Amino acid sequence: MPLNELKAVDYLKLIRKREISVEQTVKDILKQIDRLEQTLKAYLYINREGALQEAKAIDKKISSGEDIPPLAGLPIAIKDNICTKGIETTCASKMLKGFIPPYDATVIKKIKEAGGIIIGKNNLDEFAMGSSTENSAFQTTLNPWDITRVPGGSSGGSAAAVAAHEALIAIGTDTGGSVRIPASFCGIVGLKPTYGRVSRYGVIPYASSMDNVGVLGKVVEDTALLMNIICGYDDYDSTSADTPVPDFLLSCREGINDLKFGVPREFFGPQVDIEIKEKVKEAINKIEQMGGKLEEISLPYSEYSFPTYYLIVSAEAGSGLARFDGVQYGLRIEDNDNLEDMYKKTRSKGFGAEVLYRIIMGTYALSTGNYDDYYLRAQKVRTLIRKDFENAFRKVDLLVCPTSPELPFKKGRQQKDLLAQFLPDAHIIPVSLAGLPGLSLNCGFSKKVQLPIGLQIIGRPFEEEKVLRAAYNLEIELKEVNSVQPNFTFNSVSG
Amino acid sequence: MLDDIVIGLEIHIQLLTKAKIFCNCSTTYFDQEPNTHTCPVCLGLPGSLPVLNQKVVEFALKTALALNCKINQTNLFHRKNYFYPDLPKAYQISQFDQPIAINGFLEIVPENSRTGRTIRVNRVHMEEDAGKLIHLERDGQIVCSLVDYNRSGIPLLEIVTEPDICSPEEAIAFLQKLRTMVQYLEVCDGNLEKGSMRCDANISIRESRTGALGTKTEVKNMNSFRAIKKALEFEITRQRRLLERSEQVLAETRRWDEASGKTLSMRSKEEALDYRYFPEPDLPPLTIEQSWIEQVKNNLPELPEQRKERFVIDYKLSNYDAQRLIEVKSLGNYFENAAQYYQDYKNLANWVLGELLRCLGEGNIAIESCTVSSNDLVELLQLIDNKTISGKMAKGIFEEMFKTGQSAADLIKKSGITQISNEAQINDIINKVIEDNPETVQDFNAGKEKAIHFLVGQVMKHTKGRAQPDLVLNLLKERIDKNS
Repeated sequence: MPLNELKAVDYLKLIRKREISVEQTVKDILKQIDRLEQTLKAYLYINREGALQEAKAIDKKISSGEDIPPLAGLPIAIKDNICTKGIETTCASKMLKGFIPPYDATVIKKIKEAGGIIIGKNNLDEFAMGSSTENSAFQTTLNPWDITRVPGGSSGGSAAAVAAHEALIAIGTDTGGSVRIPASFCGIVGLKPTYGRVSRYGVIPYASSMDNVGVLGKVVEDTALLMNIICGYDDYDSTSADTPVPDFLLSCREGINDLKFGVPREFFGPQVDIEIKEKVKEAINKIEQMGGKLEEISLPYSEYSFPTYYLIVSAEAGSGLARFDGVQYGLRIEDNDNLEDMYKKTRSKGFGAEVLYRIIMGTYALSTGNYDDYYLRAQKVRTLIRKDFENAFRKVDLLVCPTSPELPFKKGRQQKDLLAQFLPDAHIIPVSLAGLPGLSLNCGFSKKVQLPIGLQIIGRPFEEEKVLRAAYNLEIELKEVNSVQPNFTFNSVSG
Repeated sequence: MLDDIVIGLEIHIQLLTKAKIFCNCSTTYFDQEPNTHTCPVCLGLPGSLPVLNQKVVEFALKTALALNCKINQTNLFHRKNYFYPDLPKAYQISQFDQPIAINGFLEIVPENSRTGRTIRVNRVHMEEDAGKLIHLERDGQIVCSLVDYNRSGIPLLEIVTEPDICSPEEAIAFLQKLRTMVQYLEVCDGNLEKGSMRCDANISIRESRTGALGTKTEVKNMNSFRAIKKALEFEITRQRRLLERSEQVLAETRRWDEASGKTLSMRSKEEALDYRYFPEPDLPPLTIEQSWIEQVKNNLPELPEQRKERFVIDYKLSNYDAQRLIEVKSLGNYFENAAQYYQDYKNLANWVLGELLRCLGEGNIAIESCTVSSNDLVELLQLIDNKTISGKMAKGIFEEMFKTGQSAADLIKKSGITQISNEAQINDIINKVIEDNPETVQDFNAGKEKAIHFLVGQVMKHTKGRAQPDLVLNLLKERIDKNS
């Protein structure tokens, strides 16, 4: 088997047994990238020389008998809205074309210190705004399962890369589903931890109060493995939490007899695709067979999630993205009459349509006279949504539901129907508003066209351990699912 | 028409913390190479996040408590959104509806006034300073604008008064008192010229009869007490003239132009920006425990007011002298250091407030860099008291000490200018003076007591001030008595 097809946990075992080399793994990944990238377009930057150099250096250390670092040269793909020192970081925006951060995000620093290798930077919806990765200013990433469809978004590049074995594992970000939706659409595991669990320092913000760093892995264990490295309090992020970090990899292998699962009625309504509903229900039955207890619960305020979310993220984005003004870095339109003209031209040309929509809406929502009606009200509803979950979690430990109510959709749909882009986010956004951990696990495929179906497991704040444990146990039950792989013959079709 | 002046002040002070408000960069940026005191945070680079420096909170607490404010135990930071190249994030992290402190006051006694006044403080809040634009000009035209971010993220405290101030003199009295206070608290150096203390003023004219408030203008860009006084005076006159002609005062922001001595319109209220304040999502709410407030309160240093009272009681100084001595903390310290070794406090105060301040003022020198130490001054005063030199000689010696940094004893030894206390030597001169001024001697004999002072003066002149005046007087009287 080519080494790029390994799970991260198996890779580590083989490295420790000195049965494979880091260099060969990186080479196999680069080979796969060369084979598929022209079609898939998951990467904005491939760190060829850098990754090979690192790989050789780590191999040398290992062969000289030095201690093997925890990640032992594990090649990791990074979403391109996370600052990597010396490597261009664009947020898939013309605005940041050519921006080379002088510093590493905390999550990158931790990965490097643990001996991880950055294999490249992944495509995304511009500034992480979108759920199809079609909003990238540079390229459209395709779904490895069906290249006429989108990989989900906004971490679509990362999810497609992992699903297509162009990386062993990836780091994404999730503000309103941007890790979970692409994980679901690409048939892999995607975990958005509790807000504050992973430092946001160096993550270029979309909406500060909801941005999370998340992991996209081939299997649950891989996700747990990387969580062990990236979690924890950071002096550079005041919103990061000083909460103990358990050994997720160890604890996820325990049983689930003690866990009680809630099934939120609202997430199984008519909006959900029949095939999805069927597969998720089958998985829920398996949970019961394994000893998990089930209870139907209700999240009545979740129906207000979308306007609440859209107002808050737009307001924060409108402010957070104001710094892209052409003064210090990134794009500047030089042909201008004066300062104001420079701002206007630079920002009008630098941002894509979706980003501009949100900035304009956010600016409106925060303007004098509108603040109370929009931003403040949205914050109040956010509290109600959070309370919904608190009530539910008094009765149960975890919630299970479909990750997305619809299957991966055809590319180009968004151009026809602007609002349709939010359809996949219905079950995802309430979790983001409440700052809870949520994981998407593949639980089967649709029949006609073989498209992955994701199941979301939601936990209490800082109970990723239970989320991962439930997911790991369910994954074993669903092992026939995991043996299915995408068909990569498309490269010859389009190549 | 009778009217009242209504003034409210907004004062920004830069806090003397070692690090900036949201990062670890050093705050000693003045006169440094541009952009050498910066990091991803104060440059507002994408992905960087603010972390609140707890020292800033402590300094804010100190100031707020000294201003008799109520401390808000739950603080929020807000984003103030606007575009300008010196503002790297395009928003300033400031405080809005939950600032650190509200409802304080400061008692002031304006110059030439006997009665004190209470000026209420509306609020005190923490925020970050912006960078600085540098414009390169050629032939009077701006050809290039550069940005220096060294100042970006310097901690600021904004202090807003109620519109309780009724005259430019009161405004100055408030600012001087505030400046002395922050210097005593060691939270700010209070330097208006360097911009570590900055003041904007809101001014309007109220009709006394009806009490109807006038439209206010905001005046900015005043970089010294003198400028503030002149700007306020100008603005009051300008508004009064408009009102006298039944014209309208426009609600606007005006800029003090030092060169022309006028306030000029910057922007009208309609052009005012909508800052779209909203809670800063990158900083959690700040909770200030009661115990922290108590701790800061208990550790407040002696404040100017308290020191003044102590000076009046301990050193038996007049209110006026005490006030002048405490106004600059280091001057008060200088006095106190000297007072440990020299107990004629009144004389000491006269020297500090007289000769010392005069020399410092002439050389535009800060007391900290004064070449005459408090010990040096004490030595000089002791030399007067033991009659080695006269008071008059001492003044000349002090100037030399100030110029050269040498001690009084050294200077005296070098030039041999000790006092002449040799009676024989003085008597020779007295004989000559009496010979030269027979009329004056006659006048004295005729009962004109004052005439003798002229003769003393003549002796002093001949000895170049080196004779001991008391001795000269006695010897003169003796001699005239003998002669008559």
